[in-house]
Amino acid sequence: MEGNGGNGGRVYVGNLDKSAKRAKQLVMGKLRMGKAVDWATAFSLWPVHLTTSCCGCEFAATWSPRFDAEQHGALPWVGARQTNMILIEGTVTKKMACAVRVTWEQMPSPKFAIAMGACAIDGGIFYNSYNIVRPWEIIPVDVYIPGCPPRPEAVARAIIELQRKIRKQRVASKWIEEGWRPDREYVKPKEDPCSWWRG
Amino acid sequence: MSLDQARRIAEEALSGIEYRVDEGKGFIEFIVAKENLVEAASRLKKAGFDHVKSLTVVDYKAEDKFKIVYHASSYLNEDLAKAIVGIGTEVPRSNPKVPTLVYVWRSVEFQEREVFEFFGIEFEDHPDLRLLLLAPQIAEKKPLRKDFIVKEEPIIRTKPPTG
Amino acid sequence: MSVWVYGEQKSELGLEGTITRKLEEDLYEVFIGPQHPGSGHMRIIIRIDGDIIVEADPDMGYVHRTMEKLSEGREWIKNVPLFERMAIHDACNVTVSYVMALERILGIEPPPRAKYLRTLLCEINRIAAHLYGFGIFGVFIGHSTMYMWSFADREVMVELAEKLTGARLTHSYPIPGGARRDMPQDFPQAARKAVRYFRRRLDEYRKIFLDNPVTRKRLEGVGIIPKKIAAELGVVGPVARASGIKYDARLAEPYDAYDEVEFEVPVYEEGDALARAWVKFEEIKQSLRIIEQAVDWLEKHPREAPIHERFWAKAPPLWKKVFEAEGRVKLLPLMANLKLPPGRAMARSETARGEIVYYVESDGKTTPYRVRIVSPSARNAIVFKYIAPGYKVMDLPTIYGSIDYFPPEADR
Repeated sequence: MEGNGGNGGRVYVGNLDKSAKRAKQLVMGKLRMGKAVDWATAFSLWPVHLTTSCCGCEFAATWSPRFDAEQHGALPWVGARQTNMILIEGTVTKKMACAVRVTWEQMPSPKFAIAMGACAIDGGIFYNSYNIVRPWEIIPVDVYIPGCPPRPEAVARAIIELQRKIRKQRVASKWIEEGWRPDREYVKPKEDPCSWWRG
Repeated sequence: MSLDQARRIAEEALSGIEYRVDEGKGFIEFIVAKENLVEAASRLKKAGFDHVKSLTVVDYKAEDKFKIVYHASSYLNEDLAKAIVGIGTEVPRSNPKVPTLVYVWRSVEFQEREVFEFFGIEFEDHPDLRLLLLAPQIAEKKPLRKDFIVKEEPIIRTKPPTG
Repeated sequence: MSVWVYGEQKSELGLEGTITRKLEEDLYEVFIGPQHPGSGHMRIIIRIDGDIIVEADPDMGYVHRTMEKLSEGREWIKNVPLFERMAIHDACNVTVSYVMALERILGIEPPPRAKYLRTLLCEINRIAAHLYGFGIFGVFIGHSTMYMWSFADREVMVELAEKLTGARLTHSYPIPGGARRDMPQDFPQAARKAVRYFRRRLDEYRKIFLDNPVTRKRLEGVGIIPKKIAAELGVVGPVARASGIKYDARLAEPYDAYDEVEFEVPVYEEGDALARAWVKFEEIKQSLRIIEQAVDWLEKHPREAPIHERFWAKAPPLWKKVFEAEGRVKLLPLMANLKLPPGRAMARSETARGEIVYYVESDGKTTPYRVRIVSPSARNAIVFKYIAPGYKVMDLPTIYGSIDYFPPEADR
């Protein structure tokens, strides 16, 4: 059902889901706002303050005056609800995996993940340890940074790389169009990472 | 004050209790029976060793025993601070129970909890013997015991999803 | 099954333990962390009555990476980089005592040049780590300027360390019997320049942070640890020294070149958060003094391989050539299969956050039988439980920041 909003505009009334879908179709299809969405998302990345391990030292240095990653359009923020990017700093332990997954689920989409350090790729120096998990088992990762620990320049580079990915592969707009990201879907933890807590 | 003088002070404090001396490089250990542990520890504390630096537990699987040593030293006495003196006991691996020393040295509270989860050693009368670092599923395996073997992961594995 | 007492209530507790806590009436339970700003990765469960903390229960282990177990399966030399990951911004201080324990078992002493080189890097690390602590402290109490300043100035020291060792944070500098590298030719000038810069800069730190009325209101009288309780709880480092305990591992058992250089150990009597900040501030000044003395000594004395002659004699000719050309000691091949005689040793060193103790046991193999690490943060964690109750919720970040708690180090 469509009503006349006056002045040539339109007001959709009725089923909210349906209306939202049509509004989305209008914005993303007819008005071709996809590019703008990607552009805007790429330059407003807000990493959440979840310091999983010792790479946090370089994470903090990345946003310090010398390297100043804020110039690339990313600034760490406190609450998970107000952020759209997670930066895994190094090892994720079994206990921390729960916190990572909960934080990831709290973040609004479109959201992105960067895994920092050799430990986040495949265990690094803590290979064989009985208390670590691989971050890509817990959340879908967009960009990996090698190094132990990676230099702050490498972190800044990863942010730029992520921005390029968002704009080139139209990640954000596709996410909005389709409501989900097909290549991210299968990354669901095989076992509940919070099982130690829930008992 | 050297380690020898600290040793003499500790020996004086422990007189009347049967002990065995285990020497290491940079420290000295007095091993007593389990029943005398609390008494020996409180005498050492009276002698001036006011805090515990390290609660060291070693699993001697071949000899079927745990060696539990409280390495103590002093803050308030600057001379004693130069030495590390350990007081400890040995318990069989099958029945690892020792009396807690929390009421003697409050500084061991968290370290005893740590030993409890890593070795499964129970400290009797500990006020708050819970897990400290590990998740319960892992603590069940008692990871620092020698019969917990670290599983070698294969080098070649399924690749992580590329970004 | 053991009986544990919580409040007046007794309950049976097995391994599932952590969740079988009963919430008392009229008390709110607040979970702080592990996702929070600052050097996070730790949860503190507090129970509050209104605005006052009644009970605090630190829930650690979010960064427990099983170093003690992993070390039992790795060669002696490979454990140096492993243990370094405990506190990578304080790498040399953390590993130097492990290396000292190995040297004690081997029965060797590093040559004086290596001792001074290690001392030099230890002090550079100490300043960098203190500045890191100040920066995080600033984030905790909402003082963004402190974060910006101290992290910017920390880069000066990090660069210096990079010049000396080749790595920003993970230096792996001390090795059994010596150090991995001699200093480059232009290092003394760079070091003196950095020291001059810091002398000038520290005064501004005092003005903007320590003497700032807002900061003082926030820190004064918060988290007071009386001297007797500090000794009872076994706290270490700046926390103990701010409570009037004159204890420093560098004084108690001088290692490396600390018995030859001149320095003072600042001690404050107040025991509150402000005193702890002051101790760290004064320690930076003393570290600058030590850096100057170490650089002077190193410049005066001729260059020689900073490694024990017993190892250096067995080095292949190429190694000696590389040292003459670049001043770099390539890692000796015999280090890879270093076998230690059976024996036990303990060693302690003073890191930025306090004393670290290593217990190393060898049974004559290429890998350790047991390594026990007690890190300063692990010993300071008890402060939360016994000191935080009685203060307001908003004082908890202050206490957290002032004891400079670093979770990867505490959890190992």
